[in-house]
Amino acid sequence: MTFGAVKALDGVDLTIHAGECVGLVGHNGAGKSTIVNVINGSLTPHAGTVSYGGNAGQHGISVARANGIRCVFQELSLCPNLTVSENVRIMHGDLKGWNWRSRALALIKAQLKEIFPGHNIDCDSTIDDLSIAERQMVEIAISFAGIGQRPKLIILDEPTSSLDAGLAAQLMAYVRRFVAEGGSVLLISHILGEILSTSDRIVVMKDGRVVADRMAFEFNSRSLVEAMGSVVREREWQRSTAMKAGSPVLSMSPRRGHGLAFEAYRGEIVGLAGLGGHGQTEALLELYLSRNSNWWAARRRETAFVAGDRSLNGAFALWSILKNLSITSLGELSSRGMIDRGREDRLGEDWKKRIEIRTPDMQNRILSLSGGNQQKVLFARALATAAGIVLMDDPMRGVDVGTKQEVYEILRTEATSGRTFVWYSTEMDEIRLCDRVYVFREGAIVAELVGDDITEKHILAASFSEGKAA
Amino acid sequence: MNAPRLLLSKPWIWSFVATITVWIITVLFTGGASSLGLSQAALTFAAFSVIVGIGQMFVITLGPGNIDLSVPATMTLSGTLALKLMDVQDSMIVVGLLLSVLLGTVLGIGNYALIKLLRIPPIIATLSMSFIVQSTAIWANRGLRIKPPEVLASFTTSSLFGIPNVAIVALALSAIAWLLLEKSIYGRWISAIGQSTFAARMTGIPVDGTRLVTYMLCAVLASICGYLLASFSGGAALNMGAEYLLMSIAVVVIGGTAVAGGNSNIPGIWGASLFMFLVVSMLNTYGFGAGFRLILTGLIIIAVILMAGGRQSTR
Repeated sequence: MTFGAVKALDGVDLTIHAGECVGLVGHNGAGKSTIVNVINGSLTPHAGTVSYGGNAGQHGISVARANGIRCVFQELSLCPNLTVSENVRIMHGDLKGWNWRSRALALIKAQLKEIFPGHNIDCDSTIDDLSIAERQMVEIAISFAGIGQRPKLIILDEPTSSLDAGLAAQLMAYVRRFVAEGGSVLLISHILGEILSTSDRIVVMKDGRVVADRMAFEFNSRSLVEAMGSVVREREWQRSTAMKAGSPVLSMSPRRGHGLAFEAYRGEIVGLAGLGGHGQTEALLELYLSRNSNWWAARRRETAFVAGDRSLNGAFALWSILKNLSITSLGELSSRGMIDRGREDRLGEDWKKRIEIRTPDMQNRILSLSGGNQQKVLFARALATAAGIVLMDDPMRGVDVGTKQEVYEILRTEATSGRTFVWYSTEMDEIRLCDRVYVFREGAIVAELVGDDITEKHILAASFSEGKAA
Repeated sequence: MNAPRLLLSKPWIWSFVATITVWIITVLFTGGASSLGLSQAALTFAAFSVIVGIGQMFVITLGPGNIDLSVPATMTLSGTLALKLMDVQDSMIVVGLLLSVLLGTVLGIGNYALIKLLRIPPIIATLSMSFIVQSTAIWANRGLRIKPPEVLASFTTSSLFGIPNVAIVALALSAIAWLLLEKSIYGRWISAIGQSTFAARMTGIPVDGTRLVTYMLCAVLASICGYLLASFSGGAALNMGAEYLLMSIAVVVIGGTAVAGGNSNIPGIWGASLFMFLVVSMLNTYGFGAGFRLILTGLIIIAVILMAGGRQSTR
């Protein structure tokens, strides 16, 4: 299969062979999603050609699908009001006629079992009732499933962004099996570890161009980051020394009646770890909602929240970037209930500089930003408040490495100046940045790890077995 | 961006374009004789639609499913009770107004209590509330038509520099509403809630408190409107609010407020209210029968909404 030069992407030449997994990396806005849309036919290149299996000429979504190209999007694209099996029907037009429901059900059940053995998703439930991780699993399974004819090329755009380490490993193992059987995969991810371990070949993009295209074994994570144009920063992470000073600023009694109690102290970064969907988000919501009245606004905001799923519970789509940023700080920007536009503009400019929101004008709509930049705005929204406690629900989904490092530094600076962060993350690298980590299992906290004890081994051990780790 | 394009990008501009067109057509037909009278009548009747429309707009901004169907009943009860309390005495005018405001507050709380405590969807909750309120009005009224106090009646029917007093009141209320919507924290809050209730909650907005205030605001505005309308028309009638049920919703929609919530505007309410009155008077002037008139009204409304909607989507 050949994809020729695409002018809009400024001279991108990409070839994906059968039986190959190609990793595609690059910063937010480097053109990764654009190239995906060209391949799957939703965008038509202004110059250059796209050919599937050697046949150039035809282009479009239906042509791409007919050639066995499937796409798993970063922003999940299932219909939330339909059941899992009904969503299968939408993607697979061949499932028609009498009794299509049970055939769809059988198909998706088999596929889910193949990719994620041991999952417990009820395929009769509607998408609404599933967690983000489960939705992503279903979407991946639907794309890999094939009736009669197997798909030839699967494009995975940030497939593990909401999956925990265990599920991500299962998926990567399946990708390898799929490729070994002759399929092709285009894997886009900001998690360099899985790109390096899973891909045969890695393509690095920067500003709409391919800057490197080499076999995976020629890269290591350092050279990969350098190829993307980021300065590699060594992990010179200084954990805060003043831990558990004074009384806790935040505490919660043991959840579900067993396990450990939750406590957070001033200036700490507390991590919530464990497998995805084991009650971390619920704990954060409970911490937040119990501190914010639903009936009247607090005079001083104590806690702020950074959402992980920006399209579902983060960004306000009708608003400008500035309004999205300032919504939590309105109390400090106004006098007698009236908002001071001047102060609001200054806040916007200030944060635009501090976290480098890439936009010509803060009055542009939030949706004009790329996904990673939207996430930055949500971060700034929480950090701009005077709140002493910031709760974060896996906020780094789909954010590139460079931005992540910027944000990590901001977090550390803010923590040093006395702010407390509670951070749920599905990425082990982020959990390791925390001062103290609570490991969740089945809704309760099963272990507490401090300082150098925070290692992948200890966290996994605690996630899978009852009792205290280390 | 240059001024004409900026203006064209506003969703409310179309209701004004339609209003001016209809006004010109009507005036041309009568040979220019009616222009002043028509304008004054339009302003007077539009004023009542504007007052209830603003309240309804705030509620609709709260997002899908939010609507207040108790507006007509609230108007009727407020007009009835206020006139009864004032009992033709000029000294009681302010007391009557206070009673209206109080009544609106109570009914707003009642609406939201039904919505929140009994978890009834707003459309059903406010509809059932309106049955209770309307029955109370019938019980209080008992078929008697009480006249408004003399000063109040002349105030609502006279003009200042050619502009009807009720229109001035409506303009003042619109200005306050505009400040609330565009400049205040409360305005940001209702817009945020309308876009995503859960996201609004997670940014620390007191969602229930804000919604309660909004339903109260809507009911208070309906009450004030009922008070003014009853005084204007020389007494409270049991069916006086009836036409304002659909009117309050129609002016919001024609005015360019997003029915899905989160996005609203005040100028559009004025354009739409004037338009709704002028369309009917234009068709009257041309001497169409009642049935044909209603069909034409419907078609014209659809045309205006299509125009405004088409502009928005190509933006």
